[in-house]
Amino acid sequence: MIRTRAIPGIGRDPTTDLPVLHRCSPVGAGLAADLAFSRWLGSRSPWVLLGLAALLAAWPFLAHAQSGYSTARAFEALWRWIPFLLRDGFAFNILISFVTMAIGTAAGVVLGLWQIAPSPWVRRTAWAITQTFRNSPWLVLLFIVMLTFPFEIRIGDAIVPIPDWMKAVLGLALPVMANVSEVVRGAIQSVPTGQWEASESLAFSRRQTLWRIILPQCFKRMIPPWMNWYAILTMATPLVSLLGVEEIVTLSRQAMEAEDNHPELLMPFYGFALLVFFAYCYPIARWTIRLERRFAVKL
Amino acid sequence: MNAIVETAWDPSQPIVALRDVHKSFGKLEVLKGISFDVMKGEVVCIIGPSGSGKSTLIRCVNALTPFDAGSIKVEGQEVNVAHLDKLALRKKVGIVFQQYNLFPHKTALENVMMAPVLVLKEPKDEVEARARALIRKVRLEGKEDSYPGELSGGQQQRVAIARSLAMRPDIMLFDEVTAALDPETVKEVLVTIRELAAEGMTCMLVTHEMGFAREIANHIYFTDRGVIVEHGPPATFFTEAKDPRTREFLSQIL
Ligand SMILES: Nc1ncnc2c1ncn2[C@@H]1O[C@H](COP(=O)(O)OP(=O)(O)O)[C@@H](O)[C@H]1O
Ligand SMILES: [Mg+2]
Repeated sequence: MIRTRAIPGIGRDPTTDLPVLHRCSPVGAGLAADLAFSRWLGSRSPWVLLGLAALLAAWPFLAHAQSGYSTARAFEALWRWIPFLLRDGFAFNILISFVTMAIGTAAGVVLGLWQIAPSPWVRRTAWAITQTFRNSPWLVLLFIVMLTFPFEIRIGDAIVPIPDWMKAVLGLALPVMANVSEVVRGAIQSVPTGQWEASESLAFSRRQTLWRIILPQCFKRMIPPWMNWYAILTMATPLVSLLGVEEIVTLSRQAMEAEDNHPELLMPFYGFALLVFFAYCYPIARWTIRLERRFAVKL
Repeated sequence: MNAIVETAWDPSQPIVALRDVHKSFGKLEVLKGISFDVMKGEVVCIIGPSGSGKSTLIRCVNALTPFDAGSIKVEGQEVNVAHLDKLALRKKVGIVFQQYNLFPHKTALENVMMAPVLVLKEPKDEVEARARALIRKVRLEGKEDSYPGELSGGQQQRVAIARSLAMRPDIMLFDEVTAALDPETVKEVLVTIRELAAEGMTCMLVTHEMGFAREIANHIYFTDRGVIVEHGPPATFFTEAKDPRTREFLSQIL
């Protein structure tokens, strides 16, 4: 059917698919709804997980003790540190990922809805914000937030300190917000314009159309890319260690220091961190791909 | 901005009055001055080659497409004003599209009920009773709880008609509502429209079903390239067409 009237914010080509912008994008390359990461991770065989664990466990037997400090002792050290690394380290990575995702999603949904606002000014501003944060290196965003945010804010008489990890969360939430914004916009614009016209002809307001007709239809479509971004975010949480926030990578380094910095410690400790991230994100990726297939059949 | 003067509409006056309606999409002038009247209870068919502006014309009537110049009055109310009361207009004018455009996440019954409940804020049980009656009227009893994806094209289109009727419109617009249907299901939709017309509903329909137009229409308008080339009651329109463009079109389609 030929559309005879542009629906504000909907009836236009997506302005975001500039190949130039994509090319220079370090993390958010391609479409926000693209599941490349989950597809890659999810298509690993589950044996990779076991293999990685086996390799880690077999390391003492593979590597020969060259110095006085044997790999066996390195593993013994890791073994002692594991509870601490998981409880004080990785749990904090998960916490950061949860809080970041929550903030990033809330802000991203608002920004995404602004991207289809009737007012061209709101639309353009939202688009510019989205593109800026989608195409900036995550680490740069982290540093900017870290260095520009005050370490405490004054609310009335009370001085509220802002811990570093909170700033790190804000820094990571920015690119998540931008990508969620794109996911929302893309999903909304994937709904045929006939749906907008039918609602309009039945005298629905724009808000009713959006919440009652459009979003319920494309909500499911947003879930797989949203989960994909969660996995990417989780993988990116060790970035905050560069800013001194204590998470699994920071604590691994500290643990190795406490064990006198033997080079034999590097493989077991970082290998363990890798294994933990893989073990956490792999099922998410598999699930993402499954959901995507299921929803693709439905609509 | 002019104050909108509420004028009581006298049913002996045209229920829809188009005067010199112009519409352009960029440089393309799609409607080049269309004027005609539709009286209450009349059925008007608009025919013409594809791209001649039929859809655009019909969508101007319920302000889905804003137009550039001229006037359309629906029950005496001007459509071409800056602060149009769209709600009031769309309560009066229902439209059915070629592609049905049912809400796929809602059942047939919910599709019919949604607008009266959410827009007119009518009590749910009242609306439900009316919606069930409408679904019966379009001969779809038993399909109330089916989703659009589970219905055939003809069934979906009849749900779309019921959905539109649930708003209790005075005028119904049909834009090639059978064009996307299988030949077997075209008839069931036409039967529904015929019944509606027989009950006195004012209908404006764009159609390629010449036999149907001939049977049902009080007046037929033939449009080409944004103008009305020829018009008349079906008795004379099909036999005494004078304009060569009309003749050619009719010879191709009949
Ligand atoms: N939204 C639009 N933007 C630009 N051109 C349009 C739009 N809608 C329709 N047109 C053009 O207007 C002309 C008339 O379209 P339409 O009213 O759909 O014709 P018909 O229904 O008679 O086939 C066509 O040439 C079509 O391409
Ligand atoms: Mg058309």
